Amino acid sequence: MTNFILETRGLTKRYGGVHALEDANFTLAPGEHVAVVGDNGAGKSTFVRQITGVEQRTAGEIFFDGQEISHAGPLEAREAGIETVFQTLALADDLDVPSNLFLGREIFKFRLGPFSWLDRKAMRDRTLEALKTTAVKIPNVDNPIRNMSGGQRQCVAIARTAAFASKLVIMDEPTAALGVQETAQVENIIRGLKERGVPLILVSHNLRQVFDLVDRIVVFRRGRIVASLRRDETDGNDIVSYITGVKGNAETAYA
Amino acid sequence: MAQSAQGLGGLKYDPTKKTRANEWNVLVALILIVLVFEVLNRLNGTSFLFNMRDNVDSLFNQQRLDIIVLQVAITGVIALGATQVIILGGIDLSPGSVVGATAMVTMSFAQTAMVNGNPNPNAVFGPAWLDLPVIVPIAIGLGCGLIAGLINGLLIAYTRIPPFIATLGMMVSARGVARWWSNGQPVSFPTESYGALSNGDLLGSLTFGLLSWQGQNPAVVFIILAVLFHVIMKFTLYGKRSYAIGSNEAAARMSGIDVDRHKVLVYTIAGILSAVAAVLLTSKNLSAQAGMGVMYELDGIAMAVIGGISLSGGRGSITGTVLGALIFSVIISGFTSIRLDAYYQEMVKGAIIVGAVVLDQWRQKSRARG
Repeated sequence: MTNFILETRGLTKRYGGVHALEDANFTLAPGEHVAVVGDNGAGKSTFVRQITGVEQRTAGEIFFDGQEISHAGPLEAREAGIETVFQTLALADDLDVPSNLFLGREIFKFRLGPFSWLDRKAMRDRTLEALKTTAVKIPNVDNPIRNMSGGQRQCVAIARTAAFASKLVIMDEPTAALGVQETAQVENIIRGLKERGVPLILVSHNLRQVFDLVDRIVVFRRGRIVASLRRDETDGNDIVSYITGVKGNAETAYA
Repeated sequence: MAQSAQGLGGLKYDPTKKTRANEWNVLVALILIVLVFEVLNRLNGTSFLFNMRDNVDSLFNQQRLDIIVLQVAITGVIALGATQVIILGGIDLSPGSVVGATAMVTMSFAQTAMVNGNPNPNAVFGPAWLDLPVIVPIAIGLGCGLIAGLINGLLIAYTRIPPFIATLGMMVSARGVARWWSNGQPVSFPTESYGALSNGDLLGSLTFGLLSWQGQNPAVVFIILAVLFHVIMKFTLYGKRSYAIGSNEAAARMSGIDVDRHKVLVYTIAGILSAVAAVLLTSKNLSAQAGMGVMYELDGIAMAVIGGISLSGGRGSITGTVLGALIFSVIISGFTSIRLDAYYQEMVKGAIIVGAVVLDQWRQKSRARG
């Protein structure tokens, strides 16, 4: 029995002959925020996709919350308590904010199969509550999110993740397409998660952000984990050295 | 940095403004069209909406209003199904043919034994199948529609062929069934109770004689179904799922919605609605022909599109479709009232459908610009 919320042992993924992820050993302590960094094609997103069940791993083991898991799909992962913000937003543009937050987990007044009666007020109230706790400012939650800016939509997606997060949140480059202020808002949500003790895996290219937010930085290079460094024991140059292969080329680090 | 949460990156977005429902635009269009016809009629010394006859005591031209509702009631029922399918992000080309096939089959079970004292010369089946209780042809008819819709849905959901192709296949096949059923012969002479389905006074019996709308049952059924599906689309999981799938199918799947099963359900309901239209139509006409319902699917789709249902899915409402149906009908009645030839009516109808889609494209573009 480990006291890690998430642990992978020898996690490997090959696409045909391409070794996208090789022998990844990774751990995440309860409440810990870890950044995953690396160059394009280093295996960051592949790593995330194995954990969230979007893809099936080639080899290795994943332990989540003390149990070995093999998610058949992202739904099972979500039910197990892993909430993910994907790079492509999984939002329905024509629905309003509460409908998006509760998509697939609606609250009902009474159940009648597909004709179950929705409790729209309860969903709206809980949405406002969730937006409040995650510090997301959406001026009018009743508008379809099509009418919102890219940043606001990203915030909705992240608020959905944060609101339902029970055990683990994974964000794959959540601020890649955002402006300065919107990025700040997302970072506030992440700090909120930290305060609530929800562990996080943050895939990011933004080293400034990484150093601002997380406890530990894990560097991927060519499908392997090459470094795992505590934030206060490293600096930007050090990380870049690992990312580019100046350092840590020979051995596989244990994260 | 006064704006902290909105209007970022130069995007125009007014947070206090609630997006105006599309239906209001359709309603405004409807009112404008009515006004245009009223003016055109006044130029000829008549009125489109108002009663001009001295010997009739009524403010409105009741006859015209009745016709406006009645003439779209049957295709309107199909439009209700078309609306749901289009919101789901699909399209259904089969209703017209399903009406034809269902009409033939249903009528065959609704025939009376004796016509004016003689045995029914038109009987499809033997004597045991005549004079059946009215529920039998209704149940069989709705069953036909259910099967057709179910096949559509299963094909689309599980073979992943485009809805256009799947329902095109059903459109051709169902028309074939309609012709094969009685070798192209019409089926007529239904029982009296079957004829009363459309020609009786349903509103009268529903309100225990409080109200009465003799011979307008298709309109009554259309209104009841419109209200029913309005409620379902707006307040139940069924509606929420339909909008979600039409809006972003991948997101709906990712959120745990059984997209395939929902598609089957929606197409099946559309099929049943086609069958309702067939029952109303045969009961109204007291006869069924293999060619019944031709182009109904396009009328239904047109009503939905005019009513602001986006062909790309996810947007629109039953209210919009009902308004679209009324616009459709007002235009036909209006042309008749100013004595315009039927040929022109069809040309203008076509132009309006294209115009509605162009408008929808513009709306989408202006939204994409934010």
